[in-house]
Amino acid sequence: MSESTNTIKARNDRYNEYVETVTPKTSMSKALLHSFAVGGITCVIGQGIGDVVMLISPTMSKDMVSNITSMILVTIAILLTGLGVFDVIARQGGAGSFLPITGFANAMASASMEFKTEGLIFGTSVKLFSVVGPVVVNGIVWSSLAGLINLWILGMA
Amino acid sequence: MSIFKRLKRNVPESFDGFDNKTFNPPTGFSRRQRVMRFFNTPRIVGRMSVVGEKESKGPVGKYFSKCETDDKMGEKTFERAEIRMLDTAVRGAVRDARLEIEDIDVMISGDLLNQMTTSSYAARDIGVPHIGIYGACSTMTEGLMLSATLVDSGYFSNVICAASSHFATAERQFRYPLEYGCQRPPYAQWTVTGAAASVVSQNTAETERFPKIVMAIPGLITDYGVNDLNNMGAAMAPDNVIIAPYYGKYMTLWHKNTVKRR
Repeated sequence: MSESTNTIKARNDRYNEYVETVTPKTSMSKALLHSFAVGGITCVIGQGIGDVVMLISPTMSKDMVSNITSMILVTIAILLTGLGVFDVIARQGGAGSFLPITGFANAMASASMEFKTEGLIFGTSVKLFSVVGPVVVNGIVWSSLAGLINLWILGMA
Repeated sequence: MSIFKRLKRNVPESFDGFDNKTFNPPTGFSRRQRVMRFFNTPRIVGRMSVVGEKESKGPVGKYFSKCETDDKMGEKTFERAEIRMLDTAVRGAVRDARLEIEDIDVMISGDLLNQMTTSSYAARDIGVPHIGIYGACSTMTEGLMLSATLVDSGYFSNVICAASSHFATAERQFRYPLEYGCQRPPYAQWTVTGAAASVVSQNTAETERFPKIVMAIPGLITDYGVNDLNNMGAAMAPDNVIIAPYYGKYMTLWHKNTVKRR
């Protein structure tokens, strides 16, 4: 190519600046408000479920109650994914819908639904973690590192 | 018996380059004129397009031949629906050209899926020799260029060129599962649900009234360094230009390939 690298870089920068000017932007405040509302409602529902569980069996420990709450929330999220409602909510909610545990459930359920047609083993089982794989890998790696630091450096075994 | 016998090729003896008085070819991106000139002027004799519901409601919706309101078209999977869509488009194009499937010599088609699943299965059902091409967004123009070349050189007389894509299958292939709740930026593109086919035939007395293909220019791949995965429009805008303008009496067909930097 006869053009030098600098010319191409300048051309690319000019083009990208132009693209920036014509690309529609998302309104930051609107997105924040939406994600706050959706995430907040999710958390309120979770708190409500926890309170109801506490009412039903007052002797239950706090950890057990939070476990049961997470399970119910995950079940609701998977149910909504299957009904095709969750992605409509998530389009509005953004981070508010995928940061709570419901987002994780949705990612797994949607992948298993999508690849169901390719069979139980090579479809659903193989592709189940295609979206949530990074979450699982990073969770395991960083928690292992944190555990090792805790054990060897801080000596808090 | 030689199967691939050339019928005839009509290249004038005295032809050297272009007559700049009648046509001024663009030379901005190339030192040489990489232009294919079809002297036999292959004709586009039949066409058919099938689209999904979202496309039919768009600004050019009224120009499509058939609109499918059901995403799966009564089939079990989206892939089967895409195969059926391509099948409908090809058969419709052949019917539109007033030909039979037996008259078609070869089918040039492409789609977005792995190993060109849709095209291969559709070609199996139709029963026509198949040449698969993959050009992503430029598949249709690439197919038109190649089929015009095959017809113009005289090897084949009727060639189908087709392309298909389906939003649900392409989304699975390249992005996230359908029900996965992710937010799209307002400029994100949607893959078309649709299939189109056209029949390119030799220029004879019967086909003289149809639009003709006169030239094709295979284009360069240009990369303007757009790094946004969602902004495919900006990545393709400088290079994926498909124009069919009339230069005097000539209809030119430009084809430019495209590359998206990830």
